[in-house]
Amino acid sequence: MTTRIEKRFAALKDEGRAALVTFVMSGDPDYETSMAIIKALPQAGADVIELGMPFTDPMADGPAIQAAGVRALKAGQTLKKTLQMVREFRKGEAETPIVLMGYYNPIYIYGVDKFLVDAKEAGVDGLIVVDLPPEEDDELCLPALKAGLNFIRLATPTTDDKRLPAVLNNTSGFVYYVSITGITGSAAPDAAKVSAAVGRIKKHTKLPVAVGFGVKNAESARAIAAGADGVVVGSALIDALKKTLDANGKGGPATVEAVADLVTDIAKGVRAAGTVAAE
Amino acid sequence: MTVQQQPNSFRTGPDERGHFGIYGGRFVAETLMPLILDLEKAYNEAKADPAFQKEMNSYLTHYVGRPSPLYFAERLTKKFGGAKIYFKREDLNHTGAHKVNNVTGQIMLAQRMGKKRIIAETGAGMHGVATATLCAKFGLPCIVYMGAVDVERQQPNVLRMKMLGAEVRPVTSGSSTLKDAMNEALRDWVTNVADTFYCIGTVAGPHPYPAMVRDFQCIIGNETRAQMQELEGRLPDSLVACIGGGSNAMGLFHPFLDDRSVEIYGVEAAGHGIPSGQHAASVAGGRPGVLHGNRTYLLMDDDGQIIEAHSISAGLDYPGIGPEHAWLNDMGRVKFLSATDTEAVAAFQLCSQLEGIIPALEPAHALARVFDLAPKLPKDHLMVVNLSGRGDKDLASVQAWLEANKK
Repeated sequence: MTTRIEKRFAALKDEGRAALVTFVMSGDPDYETSMAIIKALPQAGADVIELGMPFTDPMADGPAIQAAGVRALKAGQTLKKTLQMVREFRKGEAETPIVLMGYYNPIYIYGVDKFLVDAKEAGVDGLIVVDLPPEEDDELCLPALKAGLNFIRLATPTTDDKRLPAVLNNTSGFVYYVSITGITGSAAPDAAKVSAAVGRIKKHTKLPVAVGFGVKNAESARAIAAGADGVVVGSALIDALKKTLDANGKGGPATVEAVADLVTDIAKGVRAAGTVAAE
Repeated sequence: MTVQQQPNSFRTGPDERGHFGIYGGRFVAETLMPLILDLEKAYNEAKADPAFQKEMNSYLTHYVGRPSPLYFAERLTKKFGGAKIYFKREDLNHTGAHKVNNVTGQIMLAQRMGKKRIIAETGAGMHGVATATLCAKFGLPCIVYMGAVDVERQQPNVLRMKMLGAEVRPVTSGSSTLKDAMNEALRDWVTNVADTFYCIGTVAGPHPYPAMVRDFQCIIGNETRAQMQELEGRLPDSLVACIGGGSNAMGLFHPFLDDRSVEIYGVEAAGHGIPSGQHAASVAGGRPGVLHGNRTYLLMDDDGQIIEAHSISAGLDYPGIGPEHAWLNDMGRVKFLSATDTEAVAAFQLCSQLEGIIPALEPAHALARVFDLAPKLPKDHLMVVNLSGRGDKDLASVQAWLEANKK
């Protein structure tokens, strides 16, 4: 079985360029605006959409994504609504893969089996669950794979060669390489080091490797894209979103435009990098 | 919750993956996974090393001041006319609470592992003070994350930490209390993986923390057993301790878990009362979920979002509980009760005035339940309450509460 994620990475490899993976928080700053942003992403140049599932206690996230989660929860976002957004997105878009990203507790409380059925039905293609390492694969990873969803794992600079096989085992779709040790939105990664790390991971897997954490603009995206199969951008988009909010935290058309404009710009950077890491 | 089939021993957990029944585990980001595996390995080696144990015991004797007395609270016993009430005087330890037992072990382990920088989270500040103290003694830089709300209400401990040379970082995310301090400490650890040791203050977090902190705290129960043997020639009949994360309780309870004649009570903070929704009683008002690296009872809404806890006691103001406590609750081995802010303050005053011991607000919750358990029990019933810390830090909070609640 081939998922949308696998198809998309394969197609881009043929095209000779890296994928642009965009992260936005579902329900930030509110359901309607967030929906409009997600619908605008493919047009702006996003190849894969990562949709955050807000959680009160995002232990691995920096201030930007923490605040995005708080805004979404305040506006009434729930996991049920996030799945509803995916359903609505899929009405007009059958190609762009959607990966849900977040923490385990809301899924656990929703009920793993029910969640997997509902996510698949809504049109979700993959999951990234930050606080489920391979040691906890029984919880969600194995059931998700069985349900036909990709389970995308994070590899980090602390994941050494000894540990990589354990991390890559049961990983599917792509590998998300976290380019720095730290929380989301921290210091910019060193492109040369990242490229070397991607090479190290590729010795252990045929899966595409997307790199995230610290990518802020077209220039850093271009630098990372030159050495990877995909570039993930998140905090920078959320920063752009936040700047358009009024004093009450309300967004509008300008919010959607600001995010779409930055994605367009970063997409140019990714495309300018051309192909390097594909082989 | 129905009581499940009883195991042969309650003291064999966790399994090799860190589970106590369905609780516990290692729910952490990949960045941290290699670190907690290293920690587990280093801890297992240290535990088996007689030299490590010997050195730790020496510090516990000469620096911490152990053993702490098992004290007969004669006037309280007389007042309630029932069970003989004993206090395990953890408030008399250096730094004023049980927290130092665990910190001594962890800081020694950090040094053994060659870690150069210590981080900790703190609620009431007792764990922060203990960590700052041991870091001063061993010359290690110490950063303590503390909710901004707690920085306000536990000023004396903030001043102590600063005097000891620690950096106190107020945390303003979320509810600005203990859970948020823990989030922030975890973020620091994810960022500074190479040189940093995270000294967790309670029997929670990813494996091996719940088991390791428990082991370091078991000295409380082990001493109690020997002391009661000496004083009364037998085991106690019941044990009572307050539970936030539950480290003082686990330290007292664990050595007695397989002595089935010993009744065990954990007391959670009921804040404004369980029905009000404003409380910190995870067992009474929560259900199993996953937070801070482990599965356990948590306060949360229908969407799995964590609800802010409330308690007058900063040390109990946490929306979860250690995973082994969650399991002991389901097994029916530990009975969970709760006490409100009002009851805790009344117990705080009564203990101060009848025994000349100002307890911390945390064990005042345990005392509140002792005061209604004891009168119903026979005079030869031996009840031990863990007086886990001293109350100097709480005088301003209690005073403010009394002013605000004047009839």
